[in-house]
Amino acid sequence: MKKVEVLKDGKRIDGRGPLKMREIDVKLDIISRADGSAKFSFGNTVAIAACYGPRLLLPKHLQEEKGGIIRFRYNMAPFSVDERKSPGPDRRSIELSKVIKEALACSVFLEDFPRATLDVYVEILNADGSTRIASTNAASLAMASAGVPMRDLVCAISVGKIDDTLIVDLNGIEDNNSEADLSFGMLPSKDEVVLLQMDGRLTKEELLKLLDLAKENCLKIYELQKKVLKGKYGVEDVE
Amino acid sequence: MLSKYVSELLEKGERMDGRDFLEWREIEILPNVIKKAEGSASVRFGRTHVIAGVKLEISKPFPDNPNEGILIVNAEFPPIASPFFEPGPPDEKAIELARVIDRMIRESKMIESEKLVIGEEKVWGVFVDIHVMNDAGNLMDAAALASVAALLNTKIPKIEEESILRGEYIDKLPVVHKPVMVTLCKIKDKILIDPTNDEEEIIESKISFGIREDNVFCAIQKQGKSIPFNMVKQMIDLALEKSKELRSKLNAN
Amino acid sequence: MNEKVRKIVLPGEFLSFREGRKLGNYVYQEGEKVFSKVIGIPKILENCIDVIPLAGTYFPKIGDRVIGIVKNVEVSGWFVDINSPYLAFLPLSLAVSEYVDIFRVDLSKYYDVEDVIFCRISKVTKDKIVQVTMKDPEAKKLEGGVLMKITPTKVARLIGKGRSMINLLKEKTKCEILPGQNGVVWLKGDNLQKAIQAILMIERESHIYGLTEKIQKFLSGVNEKS
Repeated sequence: MKKVEVLKDGKRIDGRGPLKMREIDVKLDIISRADGSAKFSFGNTVAIAACYGPRLLLPKHLQEEKGGIIRFRYNMAPFSVDERKSPGPDRRSIELSKVIKEALACSVFLEDFPRATLDVYVEILNADGSTRIASTNAASLAMASAGVPMRDLVCAISVGKIDDTLIVDLNGIEDNNSEADLSFGMLPSKDEVVLLQMDGRLTKEELLKLLDLAKENCLKIYELQKKVLKGKYGVEDVE
Repeated sequence: MLSKYVSELLEKGERMDGRDFLEWREIEILPNVIKKAEGSASVRFGRTHVIAGVKLEISKPFPDNPNEGILIVNAEFPPIASPFFEPGPPDEKAIELARVIDRMIRESKMIESEKLVIGEEKVWGVFVDIHVMNDAGNLMDAAALASVAALLNTKIPKIEEESILRGEYIDKLPVVHKPVMVTLCKIKDKILIDPTNDEEEIIESKISFGIREDNVFCAIQKQGKSIPFNMVKQMIDLALEKSKELRSKLNAN
Repeated sequence: MNEKVRKIVLPGEFLSFREGRKLGNYVYQEGEKVFSKVIGIPKILENCIDVIPLAGTYFPKIGDRVIGIVKNVEVSGWFVDINSPYLAFLPLSLAVSEYVDIFRVDLSKYYDVEDVIFCRISKVTKDKIVQVTMKDPEAKKLEGGVLMKITPTKVARLIGKGRSMINLLKEKTKCEILPGQNGVVWLKGDNLQKAIQAILMIERESHIYGLTEKIQKFLSGVNEKS
């Protein structure tokens, strides 16, 4: 397997230090037809999320009596990757849709809209690592700005290990060349984990350290999300 | 149906079958149950029954790794195994299960894939197919154990003039690690392992940990509702502890 | 933005300790702490804690007067779209006073598909089955005119304290303007353009102080031009 030098003299391919996130760009209300929408990007990874609902759910047999459901789809545009991706869901997209949907469901008050559906969709326009993370952050913003009743915002980040160094926010090349890649999402003010996936090789100690690192960075993303949401309504300072 | 009763029991610290919260059901591993397969295993955790079969096919290597064999893991949840399984292609649960087990096997570097090269642009493709026979809870751990057990007794068939001579074997599949999957489940403030299907109906969330025999974590997958950060750390310790018990069952075979 | 805005809270933001107070629909409690469920303006009073959402779907409440569009004509009533995830049902007995032989009469003679009605929510079960009634002094069929939608929780701002804002709008634009609490607004008249623009402005800036003056200024421009 050709080994790419992703870490040299403590600097990553894009010049970042190991614990630095890429530049984050966030915009709300980019899809006028949606009840809530947001773009969230880490460097070159761009995710656009739109939220419709809660709204009427048909056919009736899909309805849940005790609470609403969330229909969520993670999708990569065919041109978002190196080798064109055929349109339509593949196994990876199906798994990611399930994982992110469950993460968001941890926050939504489904019991407030029985028999209805909350439809949340994310499109990845450009994929450079950590797309599920950008998706989760974008979806959380879209839902909050649509007025969906939630326990908390949802924040996510990727962390990992290259050679023996722990890193934050993996880009595409790092994703493919890391010893371990961990995706983490949480409800920031409740200290609860909503998304957790890892593949690679980690000792228990490394795993625990990465979890702490992930939480620390999620809280930074939380501050940014709060600023953007309140900023929409002209509120400058965020306590 | 029994969820209310199961729930009440769990509040009192009891389980329907009398087990401790961190106790495995009776585990049975039967290797080589499918004659046509190059490797196979039938695994039962209590009444949950999963069969994993391994087929070896001549394949093209992945462009990124031209000197390595390939691994494909698939899972079928056929309608015979549960009143809730429907005929058709794998749904999101089956896809997720297969992909998590795939990652556990792949990242653990269990198979020495460099030794699976046959010739120019020709490598062995290791196809692990998980077939659920009865869903009585905890499919993830049972399917993972069945897959690993099957790989441990997989033999490489002879190749003569471009075709595979099934039934004639030259070697065992080169396997150097034994990862196992342990899933920790949360109900309110309690953690348990190996739920029955009744218990699964009321479980709020779970985390599956794929762990190698040297205590290295190779795969982690969380499902369901939220879990307090500190409970996640607790689950990591419990997973390590329980993985040793599970692996000893594997070694006993 | 130099305009002074009201305080905004986000989902999960801590509002206050409960201290025995009544809780509104847009807050939740964990332990003794009360948090916001939505993005909105906090309303923390002596006897209750709630949040006025700045966005969100309309959830029907008993007593609300809403504008609905008839979707289906049934044997003994009509299904009405009230701009909510839940369809409402208008039973014959709450729509027509005279005796109607349902086996002989086609109900579309009273209300047909696409008819617009101003009705009152008479019942909402805990599973959100909704019933509306036309037996209300203000209920009527709305003929002609146009419909527009705004965020349901901003209707109160559109009406204003003591109906000050809506009266200002009606006076200055000389239009009939009828807002439903479900966020649907019915307008009829010649000067619809300015009326619609004013309403959209109110929706956009409902959280900013000094809105009434701003609208007044905007609408005065109307009369000068015409």
